[in-house]
Formats: sequence, C-alpha cells, structure tokens
Amino acid sequence: MTDTLLSVSNLRVSFPTRSGVFEAVRGVSFDLGRERLGVVGESGSGKSMTGRAILGLVRPPGKVTAGRLELNGQSILNLPEKQMRAIRGSRISMVMQDPKFSLNPVMTVGQQIMESYRLHSGQSGRAAREKALGMLHAVQIRDPERVFDAYPHEVSGGMGQRIMIAMMLAPDPQILIADEPTSALDVSVRNEVLRIMDKLVSDRGMGLIFISHDLNLVAQFCDRVLIMYAGRVVEELAAKDLHNARHPYTRGLLESLPRLDHAVERLSVLERQDGWRDEIRPNGA
Amino acid sequence: MLKVEDLNVWFGDHHERVHAVRSASFTVGTGESFGLVGESGSGKSTILRAITGLFGSWSGLVEVAGQRVSGRHRSRAFHKAVQMVFQDPYASLHPRHSVDRVLSETLHLQGMDQIDARITRLLDSVGLGRGFRFRYPHQLSGGQRQRVAIARALAAEPRLLLLDEPTSALDVSVQAEILNLLSDLRKERGLTFVMVSHDLSVVAHMCDRLAVMRGGEVVEQMQAATLRSGDAQTGYARDLLAASSSYRRETTPDPAA
Amino acid sequence: MTDLTTRAWLLSDAPQTRRQARLGAFYQGWLTFKANRLAMFGLVILILLLLMAAFAPWIAPQNPVAQNLAERLKPPSSAHWLGTDSLGRDILSRLIHGSRVTLFIVGTVALIAPVIGLFVGTVAGFAGGWVDQVLMRITDIFLAFPKLILALAFVAALGPGIGNAVLALAITSWPPYARLARAETLTIRNADYIAAARLQGAGPLRLLIGHIWPLCISSLIVRVALDMAGIILSAAGLGFLGLGAQPPMPEWGAMISDGRTYILDFWWVAAMPGMAIFIVSLAFNLLGDGLRDVLDPKGAKE
Repeated sequence: MTDTLLSVSNLRVSFPTRSGVFEAVRGVSFDLGRERLGVVGESGSGKSMTGRAILGLVRPPGKVTAGRLELNGQSILNLPEKQMRAIRGSRISMVMQDPKFSLNPVMTVGQQIMESYRLHSGQSGRAAREKALGMLHAVQIRDPERVFDAYPHEVSGGMGQRIMIAMMLAPDPQILIADEPTSALDVSVRNEVLRIMDKLVSDRGMGLIFISHDLNLVAQFCDRVLIMYAGRVVEELAAKDLHNARHPYTRGLLESLPRLDHAVERLSVLERQDGWRDEIRPNGA
Repeated sequence: MLKVEDLNVWFGDHHERVHAVRSASFTVGTGESFGLVGESGSGKSTILRAITGLFGSWSGLVEVAGQRVSGRHRSRAFHKAVQMVFQDPYASLHPRHSVDRVLSETLHLQGMDQIDARITRLLDSVGLGRGFRFRYPHQLSGGQRQRVAIARALAAEPRLLLLDEPTSALDVSVQAEILNLLSDLRKERGLTFVMVSHDLSVVAHMCDRLAVMRGGEVVEQMQAATLRSGDAQTGYARDLLAASSSYRRETTPDPAA
Repeated sequence: MTDLTTRAWLLSDAPQTRRQARLGAFYQGWLTFKANRLAMFGLVILILLLLMAAFAPWIAPQNPVAQNLAERLKPPSSAHWLGTDSLGRDILSRLIHGSRVTLFIVGTVALIAPVIGLFVGTVAGFAGGWVDQVLMRITDIFLAFPKLILALAFVAALGPGIGNAVLALAITSWPPYARLARAETLTIRNADYIAAARLQGAGPLRLLIGHIWPLCISSLIVRVALDMAGIILSAAGLGFLGLGAQPPMPEWGAMISDGRTYILDFWWVAAMPGMAIFIVSLAFNLLGDGLRDVLDPKGAKE
C-alpha cells in the first residue's frame, strides 16, 4: 500500500482475572495505509478490543502493551488521557455498533456534531454550524436543517448511524475505526450507510479499519482483510481472495454460512483445533 | 397445524393505536417449516407473540391444530403443543436459575413424570451432555445457552415450534451448529416450524415456504426455491433479496492514490 | 494440596451436583467480597458485635444497672475503662449489654421492613393497572412524612417502649424498599425468560415467587445493609427522645440522652455510646458496599 498511517506491532491486551491473566489480544501486528482494512472474527476473537486498544479505550485493570503503536510515526501507546483525547476524534475516530448508545439523548443532533467539530478545530459557532450542516448533507440526509434540530430519539436507526458518521468525520480524522457499524441496521439501510462511509473514506483519503463478524460483507467492502482467532491474526489476505482463503479457520467460517444460491442438506460445522491458537502465521507480514 | 387469518395486532389505546400487524393470513401444514422474513418493525416477531398469547391486543383468527385461541389465555393443551425459542439466549434464561432448575421446573409445569431421566435425555438430545446440568447461564456460551433454550422448548414434547430469530445473536459457526440441531430435531420428532428471521439465506436453508412482510403486512408468500432462484413476484421482495445478497461498491479503489 | 483441590472443586465451571453448583456460586461471591478490604473490616466489626451481644453477661466487667452513687461521673480509668454515668453505672458494661438491644432493633426492623417492601413492590410492579396505582399511592403517603416524625406519631399512639419503637421503625421504613422492588420488577416483567416461563404455563404466583423475587432480593439486601446505619440512628433518636427503650435498659440512644445534661463537664457519658453507634453504623455501611460488589455487579464496577 501507500504511506503508512498507523503501524501496530505485537499489540497485546490483557486483563487480570481470578484464574490468572486473560489475554484478549495476543500479539497483533499490521500497518494501515489509505485503505479499507477489514478485521473479521467471531465474538471473543479480540477484534473489538484491538480497535479499543488503538484508541486507548481499554479500561483498567486491562493492560495494553505493544512493540509499536504509531500514528504517522509518532507513538500513541499508553499516552496520558489528556493527549489521547486530543488524538481521539481529531485524528482517529470511532463509529460504534449501536447509535442509540453513542448519541447523547438530551442534545440535538446539530449541537453534538458542532461540539465534536469545535472541540478539535477551535472554530467559531457559525463555522461549526455550517460544517455540521455540510456533514449532514454529506451523509445524504435529505433535510439537514430539520435533522440538525432533532433529538436522537426522533431519528431512525439508519439515520442515527449516518449522524454518528457525520459527527465522527466532522473533524477530518485520518483514520476511522468502525466497530460493527451496520450490525444493528436492516439490510437496505445497511448498504446505504456502507456506501456513504465508502465514499467519504475514499474522497478524503482516510484509512478505515472495519471491524465485523460478517465475512461476505467485508470481502465486498474492504481492500484487505485480517482474520482473527483467539486474540491473534491467523490469516491476512486481499479481500478479493477471501474465498480462496487457505487457513482452515477462515475456510470453516465461510463454509458454515447458509447460502442463497445453492441448497445444502446440512451446514458444515467448524471443527476448532487447539493448534490455531498459537501457530505461526503462514503468510505473516 | 397452524392457521392465521386476518390477524391484526396493535399497541396502545384508541387514540394513539399503532398497528404492528395488519390482516396477515397464512397457514402452515403439519410437518412443514414456514419462514417469516422482513426488516425490523415489519411485525414478524409480533405475530409469534400474538399466537402465543404474550400479546393480548389482537383480532382475527388463530387456530392451532384445529383449536381456536383467543386473547391472552392459552390452555394447558396449547402450552404442550406449542413452544417458542427466543432470539437472545442471553435474555431468555433466568440469570439465577441453573440448567437443572430451568428444565425441572418446565417438566414439572408440563406435568411430566420421571423428571430426572427426562432432563438427561433432553440434554443429550440438544448435544449438551449431563456435564452441563448444574451450570448457571453465566457459565455457558451463547450457543450453549441457545441449546438449553431449545431443550426447554422441547421439554413439553410440542408439535409446533416457533423460532424467533434463534441464531441472529450467535456467531456464524455456532449458527451452523444450532441450525443443524434444529433440522435434526425436526426430522426426528416430526416437528412443525415457524421461523422468524431477517436473514434470507437462513430462512432459505431452513424453510419450505415463507412469507415476506413489510410494515405489518404480508407482501408475498413463496416457496423457498423461488427465493433461491430470485423469481419473487413483488418489487419489495426482489429489493430485499438484492440488498441481502451483496453490497456493491461504487467507487473502485485506486492503488495509486 | 486438599486446599487447592477444594478450591478447584468450588470454582469448577462444570459442577457435577446441585450442591457443588450452589456452593460454587457462594464461594465466587465470597471471593469477590473478600477482595474488598473495607467490607471485610465491616464484617469483622459486626461479627465482634454479635459475639459481644451473645456473651454480654460474661464479658461485661460489672452489672449494667447496678448504681453506685459514690462513683458517679468518673472519667475513664483502670477501674472503669470508659468511665461511669450520672448514677455511677459502668459505661463499658452498659455499652456491652446495649449491643443486645441494638441488634434486636436492627434485626427485627431488617426482617420486617424489606419483606413488606418486597411484597408490595413486586405485586404492584407485576400486576400493574389499578393494583399498582393503589399500592404505590399508599407508598407515596408513607413517603410524604419524614420518617422519624411518623415513627414518633406511631410510638406516641402505641405508647413508649422498645417493642413499639421497633414496630414504628419497621412500618415507616418499608416504602423505599417497595419502590426499589417495583422498579426492578418492571424491568424484569417483560424479560424473555419470564415470557418463556409463561409459555410453559407458569401462573403469576410461581412467576412472582420463583422468578421475580430471587432477582429483587439481592438489591434489597444491599439496600438494607446500607440502611442499617439509618435504622440504628433512628432507634437511637427515639431512645434519645425518651420514646424508645425505657430506663434502666442500656440502650445507646437513651444513654446519649442521659449524658446530654453533663456533656460539657463529663464528655465521656455521651461520647462513648455515640462512638459505639458511629462504629456500628460505619461497619454496616462498609458491609453494604461489599455486598453490592457481590450481589449487584452492574452497579459496582464499570
């Protein structure tokens, strides 16, 4: 790929528990350029925790360590909260799964977008208002003026997710981390939201980390895919090659999906192997 | 087995009545597997809740095995014949009740004898084994919880099983296991399924026939084969099919950018 | 070695018997509780209080009601560790015997009030409709009066005495529990596991007792432990006003009331029982905090 925006090597996240230390992420490494990087895995694979660790959102007693965690060559590993807050939002943004829990219910949509923009740009109120309306327009909301004055409970799920994207992209971040941004949405709305995100990311030359459990979606939406299992990346490949994946885990996931185009009597079931937890990546980066 | 005619379901009182389902009609034959698909808010789950009496405000005709039901009250015979598996296995098991308690209470309520032996058999039939008998929900994974929920539904030896998005909260590999389990159980016990899902490929895999719902109305009924071949009659069903099958990217990535 | 295996047996994720599952769940809770040092401190104090009450006649150096006017109002000394009161009675002995009274009051109120509250609250929340309206309006009426004033009114009507004081406190302290139990019930009522039990033909009584109560009880226990301090203080308040325990019963509130007259010259007469009330109240609060970690994990961390 082109210039590296984010460079991660040997990222680990661990939590102390009663029965010893639990490692949620166990040595994840990747470089992100101006591209769409998909991170796929089942629940508990550490994919969301990877995103949170990059943003410094792992709460104590969780511990994050890494050989390298650099944004444009500058280390952002375990920065003090104050510095991290300046990076979060303005340089790296995150869109969560459910807009219902991410939007403040007692502030209008417009105020929230303006606030996120002003916090990071220090612009005047008027400029922020114009920017907010522009962003609402950019995420293809038909009547930005009306939505600007609406409260989060007055908008639908798909609209809410578009508003979240507008809010997150208002300060022009370099990287967007989207954690299951469309899982709570219906298919018709899903495609629309994806299209908007896709367009904004490519127009602005941003790097996108797209965390999802949906292999097919990631294959169609992203450029490159990391497949995670038990806190590690077990396979990395170009999205268009996903259906030729070699790792038995990836293959197993793909084959366990019921398909519309041809009927099967029984679905094949993934046989997990203990070896996957610790093997060396065959095509490691 | 199940006959639904002109079913209307609504929330709220006279002034602000919201219709969740409008004059929905369909029939499901004995041993058949029938799917209800649609987006959120299309009323597909609401139909199941009206059939089981979890919702009282509905009108129309609902017949189970030739017996007409009404309002919220359901007879003992109904509870024996019809059971339901819920969407979220994290919410459908009582957090303070062990698997043993859940199953023994259910068997007791259904007036079964030999409860001890039956629990072991139920656990075996859903592929859990007796080692799981005394666990609490927090000691189970999502897939294991859903197996317990299925065991609970099977305890009464029902003939009609209502499945409300039984795998949408699970990982795909676990989904495959649960769907296989449900297919096997249906074959073994000659069950009739009504399955609600937003995932067309799951419904195509599990069901013989299905109804597409939108805004509380049944838009179209078709065979699963029709769904596979993409020969839906109505525009909405075709759109839904197109949207589910793939996401087409409009901008192409430019490696030089 | 046996220690290790017992622990593994208790913490097993796959218990083999009902007993192992129960004990395991209990042990998990105990470990969480033990991790909270302050709560352990509270627990230790309360255990000491219990022992003190149980063995009061053997521990107390002197008879708590024996007067000795020659020795009146003596400061703490080797003969009287905490001094003597206006009638020359040993304050330490009175405090030790008073712990029985305190435990009696606290125990009885803690048994009566949450039970009434649980019953009223869950029935109101589960039944809904007019039952809910009637029960909650009654609760509101009780809540509209300051607790101590209402208790005073009850005691005034029933006549002073420790039994009536307890009754008055219990009657006035159930409404918050009813509110809490109702709020919990409303969130539980529509849960899928309740719906699933309904589909098996479970009747309302079974749902209420077998499914809803177990989930409400834990938050009530936490609340009771946190309210204990308040109950002790209310009981002491009634005693202070002369409406609770009657002389010569060594009740801590009444003891403070006795010392009030001499508070400037003979501080220990009022300060010592005050200290006792303070320590026990604190212990209950710490215990309540620890119990919340165990029973109500969502409220504690994160």
